[in-house]
Amino acid sequence: MKAPVCDKEIGKTGEIVLIEEVVLELRKIEKRFKENSVLKGISLKVEKGEFITFLGSSGCGKTTTLRIIAGLETPDSGEVFINGICVNQLAPEKRNVNTVFQNYALFPHMNVFENIAYGLKIKKLEKKEIQRKVTDALELIQLGGYEKRIPSELSGGQKQRVAIARAIVNNPQVLLLDEPLGALDLQLRRQMQLELKKLQKQLGITFIYITHDQEEAINMSNRIVIMRDGRLEQIGTPDEIYNHPETSYVAQFVGNANILKGKIHRIEEEFLEAKLAGEVTKLILSDTKNLTKEVGSPIVLAIRSEVVEFSQEKKENSLSAIVLEKSFAGGMLRMVLQLSDGSELIASRHGIDAPYEPGEQIYCYWKPEQAVIVKET
Amino acid sequence: MKGIKKNRAWLLVIPFYFYTIIFVILPLAYMILLSFLRRAEIWGVTKEFTLDNYKNIFEPVYLNTFVESLKLALLCTTFIVFLGYPFGYFMAKLSEKWKNRVVTLLMIPFWTSALIRMYGWIIIFRSNGLMDRFFMAIHLTEKPLRLLYTYPAVVVGMIYALLPFMILSVYSSVEKLDWSLIEAARDLGASSVHAFFTITLKLTMPGLLSGIVLTFIPSMGLFFVADILGGNKIVLVGNLIQEQLMKARNWPFAAALSVVLTILTSLILTLYRKVAKVRELEGLF
Repeated sequence: MKAPVCDKEIGKTGEIVLIEEVVLELRKIEKRFKENSVLKGISLKVEKGEFITFLGSSGCGKTTTLRIIAGLETPDSGEVFINGICVNQLAPEKRNVNTVFQNYALFPHMNVFENIAYGLKIKKLEKKEIQRKVTDALELIQLGGYEKRIPSELSGGQKQRVAIARAIVNNPQVLLLDEPLGALDLQLRRQMQLELKKLQKQLGITFIYITHDQEEAINMSNRIVIMRDGRLEQIGTPDEIYNHPETSYVAQFVGNANILKGKIHRIEEEFLEAKLAGEVTKLILSDTKNLTKEVGSPIVLAIRSEVVEFSQEKKENSLSAIVLEKSFAGGMLRMVLQLSDGSELIASRHGIDAPYEPGEQIYCYWKPEQAVIVKET
Repeated sequence: MKGIKKNRAWLLVIPFYFYTIIFVILPLAYMILLSFLRRAEIWGVTKEFTLDNYKNIFEPVYLNTFVESLKLALLCTTFIVFLGYPFGYFMAKLSEKWKNRVVTLLMIPFWTSALIRMYGWIIIFRSNGLMDRFFMAIHLTEKPLRLLYTYPAVVVGMIYALLPFMILSVYSSVEKLDWSLIEAARDLGASSVHAFFTITLKLTMPGLLSGIVLTFIPSMGLFFVADILGGNKIVLVGNLIQEQLMKARNWPFAAALSVVLTILTSLILTLYRKVAKVRELEGLF
């Protein structure tokens, strides 16, 4: 399929848009596979040296977005700019981006040296230069001396490192990583997260990283792009995404937050009262001025499970609840509570001591500033 | 219990040995034995040991047959490589539905005897046959080409008979190819042509090589193709063996020729294993 022609006004091939800092820009990218609309207008600017993560569940379009940037897929409409130049018409080999594939995609008939040197040989660098660059890259990924090994002799983690070295040795403007740690075990994944982050800082290359693991995204990124169903749901720093989710989807996906629906009971200068499950609770807002809603209109709150506290006596702002379930996992005690209107709320805390048993009547509450008003999606 | 089981395990391989001995080892041994005996005056062999049959092969007329056979096999195999590789390659890229259809189309001719299919070519090649009439109708030629009983007719017949083997072995090799490797090559700066030669061709080489073996070896021995489409003008090793056995009734010489052909074939297979670094022929075994 032919890629859409670039916008004549701004992005003509070869014309340089004078924003030095923006290394990659996507403009209204759309893509459909047969009847299925995969991307529904993706627009994004990525700055030089940024570590940006596309986070979303499988099928949200994140891999397709990456493939469009790499040139392995052509968008139906919209434009991709790399360094201010529209690359819509450029074949993948002409784009100064490299990809680390999910399944590594190491060439099985070449040894580690030949794999890493593949891109350099195409650029017709001198033999000595290639030798030096490959050796440096191998040192960087701590696999010095592995030149002669063939991919089938390497462990998963080593293959991953070689795939990364093969890409970065070409000094790309943007490095695309498609769930590079997906096939590794948890411990190795954590270690590689740190190493990748270090590597990115060291090289100063812009990383575009794809994952469905929110922990990975929060640990590594400068900015996180939450994708959902072919659209960008929210773009922000890990802190913004985690602490100030804009939508109930983001709150649930990133923070495993509880979503409670209620109505606005009272609006004041610095706070707002909401009626949840027939009871009034107070929220502190820094910006009630921007709130367009009126008293009586519906409101959706996101409350992360770890901020929910509970007691036996009724307190200010507390909601009555019944303990449904109690379980212990990953160092956290997890309690499922049922509010008086039947909706469920999950509370978690460290340690295993909880004085409450299933069936018990308790009260749960949270600090007024810890509930976030979100859009329901 | 365990001991008994273990002791009787060899019983399971008896049928395998039985078949191998009856249908492979014994005929081969018989042929080798024959090749060292002297032919009898009228029928059969005498019990006299001789090396004459092998010496005979080195007579220019027979040696030339080997050389001609190898030349023809080389020519046919070259054509088959350039026709069969692209066919198998693009076939592997078809949708699942079309793949099955094309495989079926490739297999249908095998349901008919190869001999009968060769007679089909006579109808096409003979003077004023289908091809001549077609070429004359579109004014490509004025006179009949008289292609039947010529070298090109034999080459076409060989290619026709053996092309499916190449297609299928390339197909099965390309089918297994991980396409993300080609994407990775493109991503690293390779043009589609460079990616083809450095990745696709290298990784499908076992299929291509097994296709070469599967076409090169039979094309030295398919005597009926040379017989039917070449008249008596083109004599291959296969023809020579058949003639010596059936017409000249020189069993020992036919056996000696067969032994040499078998050795030649084994050498090619050994070479293949060395080059392809695999033990099995791709695609068909």
